[in-house]
Amino acid sequence: MATITCNQTCRYCDTGLPGNSRQLVTHWRSAGSLRAPGRQSAGGPQAVGNGVENVRLVDRVSSKKAVLGTLYLTATHVIFVENVPDARKETWILHSQISTIEKQATTATGCPLLIRCKNFQIIQLIIPQERDCHDVYISLTRLARPVKYEELYCFSFNPKLDKEEREQGWMLIDLSEEYKRMGLPNNYWQLSDVNRDYKVCDSYPTELYVPKSATAHIIVGSSKFRSRRRFPALSYYYKDNHASICRSSQPLSGFSARCLEDEQMLQAIRKANPGSDFIYVVDTRPKLNAMANRAAGKGYENEDNYSNIKFQFIGIENIHVMRNSLQKMLEVCELKSPSMSDFLWGLENSGWLRHIKAIMDAGIFIAKAVSEEGASVLVHCSDGWDRTAQVCSVASLLLDPHYRTLKGFMVLIEKDWISFGHKFNHRYGNLDGDPKEISPVIDQFIECVWQLMEQFPCAFEFNERFLIHIQHHIYSCQFGNFLCNSQKERQELK
Amino acid sequence: MEFSELIRTGRAQAELLPGPEEAPLRGTLCVTGHHLLLSPGPPSTPDLWLLLLRSVDSIEKRVAGDSGTITLRCKDLRVLQLDIEGVEATLDIARSIEALSSLESVITSFPFFYRPKGLRLGDAWHFHPPERYYKRVARETNAWRLSEVNQDFSLCPSYPRAVIVPRAVDDDALAQCARFRQGGRFPVLCYHHAPSGTVLLRSSQPLIGPQKRRCAEDEDLLRAVLTGARPGAQGFIVDTRSAQAAKQARMTGGGTEAKAAYPGWKRLHRPLERGRALQESFVRLVEACGDTEQSMDRWLSRLEGCRWLAHVKEALSTACLAAQGMEREGACILVHGAEGTDSTLLVTSLAQLILDPLSRTITGFQELVEREWIQAGHPFQLRCAHSAFSHARPKHEAPTFLLFLDCVWQLGRQFPLSLEFGEGLLLALFEHAYASPFGTFLCNSEKERCLCEVRTRTHSLWSGLNQPKEQRKLRNPLYVPNPLAIWPSVEPQSLRLWQGLFLRWTRPPEPSEVAWEKVWQIVTEREKTGDSAHSFCLSPQPKQ
Repeated sequence: MATITCNQTCRYCDTGLPGNSRQLVTHWRSAGSLRAPGRQSAGGPQAVGNGVENVRLVDRVSSKKAVLGTLYLTATHVIFVENVPDARKETWILHSQISTIEKQATTATGCPLLIRCKNFQIIQLIIPQERDCHDVYISLTRLARPVKYEELYCFSFNPKLDKEEREQGWMLIDLSEEYKRMGLPNNYWQLSDVNRDYKVCDSYPTELYVPKSATAHIIVGSSKFRSRRRFPALSYYYKDNHASICRSSQPLSGFSARCLEDEQMLQAIRKANPGSDFIYVVDTRPKLNAMANRAAGKGYENEDNYSNIKFQFIGIENIHVMRNSLQKMLEVCELKSPSMSDFLWGLENSGWLRHIKAIMDAGIFIAKAVSEEGASVLVHCSDGWDRTAQVCSVASLLLDPHYRTLKGFMVLIEKDWISFGHKFNHRYGNLDGDPKEISPVIDQFIECVWQLMEQFPCAFEFNERFLIHIQHHIYSCQFGNFLCNSQKERQELK
Repeated sequence: MEFSELIRTGRAQAELLPGPEEAPLRGTLCVTGHHLLLSPGPPSTPDLWLLLLRSVDSIEKRVAGDSGTITLRCKDLRVLQLDIEGVEATLDIARSIEALSSLESVITSFPFFYRPKGLRLGDAWHFHPPERYYKRVARETNAWRLSEVNQDFSLCPSYPRAVIVPRAVDDDALAQCARFRQGGRFPVLCYHHAPSGTVLLRSSQPLIGPQKRRCAEDEDLLRAVLTGARPGAQGFIVDTRSAQAAKQARMTGGGTEAKAAYPGWKRLHRPLERGRALQESFVRLVEACGDTEQSMDRWLSRLEGCRWLAHVKEALSTACLAAQGMEREGACILVHGAEGTDSTLLVTSLAQLILDPLSRTITGFQELVEREWIQAGHPFQLRCAHSAFSHARPKHEAPTFLLFLDCVWQLGRQFPLSLEFGEGLLLALFEHAYASPFGTFLCNSEKERCLCEVRTRTHSLWSGLNQPKEQRKLRNPLYVPNPLAIWPSVEPQSLRLWQGLFLRWTRPPEPSEVAWEKVWQIVTEREKTGDSAHSFCLSPQPKQ
């Protein structure tokens, strides 16, 4: 049993270690009998074993020189304490931030362990003993991939707040307030309870706004014609001219299927905007992908079947392309002293900025359709929870200055991402799952916001640090906001 | 006055389209000896629009029906379109602009006629020369002296009258050295780094030639530099050409210092692009920036293909090398390429910005530009005759000075608090170097400026810039003096395209202007309330 006192805290958590105990729990050497943090005794985390000493840490920020120190593993963090007596600088890494751990070939100085984090930090630890290195590796592999929600940091994270304050925190963002701010309900839009108890669509929230003329019959009919029953629902209402942004998933049109209710649903959206005699239907996928989907009985709206729609493709690639693109870009960033050509060529080759531009283009198209043409827009992609979320939120951000305030931005994420069933758990690998489901979808949205901030430095109430913080916590699982895949799952968990 | 012969038509009705984001302007167009005027007519007479003809880089005319269109591409990278009534008028005006914008004569140029209110001739001309810098050096060390050996420009036509040289070397020896260096540019001091006692020197290449000539005085001079610094001091010669190019230069009479002849000096080669290659890089970059109809992929590959950022990276890293040699290794540095008037100055001036906190102030930076570029004989007239739009085959044009400004901008971006001046000053210097109502950037050397009496007959840009009304545009409101060296990151990830310059006319300026104004407001308010207890910081502070 060993305890050390940590003087510093994690950059993001601010509260130091969870629980009252300032002890560190160390897991290696007991890797075989590894206990999941969630199942620990009520007495708070316990310390097991000592830290690994004489570890060298190499990161790319603080010069190329390695610093010597001691490595500790706790229930939630990897902590590296430098040996320099005065400063004893500490480096904290949250387990849930760890993306990959790689054991590299042993050298004369020891066994290198490369840790890549989801916030793109890269740290190399050189551990003198092969055995220690292996133990750390095994422990971290396990700790970084929890299998149950209960193991996540947010369930053990306990800031000094009483119950009341905590509940207040959850009340901070109220989406019904937000719809009220937009001017709803009104003569054209009403709150629908059709999805009460998630009866119609399990990845949608219970409270949804739909056109007044859309009856429950139409909604249910339309939902049956939409992938995963994600029927068209309101995302943003533009008070000034009654135009709106609605979102859904792709229709199950195949090559020739039709659905009367779905057609009526789109008509209802058009009629809810007296200022325009047509609506745009924006499919954010590349045309080729959408056509390929037809073979699987899905696809896109046929302009002949729907009256008064203007159909538009905007080619944003799917999550797999984005994942690979990010991977390529990170490889470019990892290059050791690249030339200018290496860097620019690699950046172009990764396609990352091209994808960012595609998302921005789509957002601009929609914002212009709404504000300049006064036309409502229905946005969808395949399931309507990735690209659709990106595009709707970029468009809302362009249209409405409220979303550029601190509070407004949180509301926007709650509305377009959390409530509409963006699959946080799958996309950001909070729990051990299918690696093919992981994709930097919200990272891209955050980058779009950053790009806007670069171009309009005075338009945002928040700064880059706020964005970085949000990005961190999407992966950190320190707070419950970004858990689970849908509102329904969250309800069941709480 | 011979201008009148070149003006075929003085007036025409025209409409001006100043840019994609601005409203068109209608009125009477008027060509004068130095300007193009557009007067919108009686109701709104005060809004006179004016363009210095000297700043026109290329002109393109098109006629259709009974009207014509002239596209003017300016040296500051702006593109203007003029729709003119009447085919004849269009052609005549185009020809007049063409003739007037390419006049070669210096003494009939606008600076000789420009007499702004509030400025007195000769005001700022005795502001900055080397004499002033020598006073500072003399306070720090006794090893150097101010020599007036070049009083009549006979030793070196591109040097100023006074130069700073080792005390141990007399004027006769300097004359010998001058004969051994191309263009007479013998090694002179450009910066004394007091904390380490080392110095930065510049020169041109030694005239070694195929016979491997040597010059005892030149060798003595460099030896004296080392002994003046510290017994047993080391020296580095930074040659801005590749080892091979330096060797090849021997065939044409040049070359680089032989190791055996200069004990204590080590040679380093850091090839920097110059001349036509640099000009082409600039032209290609501006072309890419002006193309609004392109995809993301094409943009990045064009940015890569023009290699401008690679030049920025090379220039900054060579400057870092020189600065590092002085500060970290306590070595004296001599920089030269071939002529020593281009990339040499780029390296020495950037190294000073990195090391010397005083050169990062507004006056210090103006002195640096005056001393290390204008007085040091960078041939501005030749290098800046044309900018990126000219169809003429480039002869001597090269955007070396612009590259310097870009590097300074990169420094300012990486150290937002450490430069007293902002982007505005750099943009102003870029504009004035290419076309200016002031005389500062005229001619190629001090000698020519003396012959043309630039100092007595034109106004200095520095006095123009130092007027109080200009300050808010030029000053960095966040400036906090930083006594340390600022070491920039030269990794490609850290370098960015200077949008404020290259995309200046293709995107709306308001957002960044509003931000600039806002920062000024915050800072001014803070000063008013006396809340200086916690001066705020933009640079990321690592949280312990």
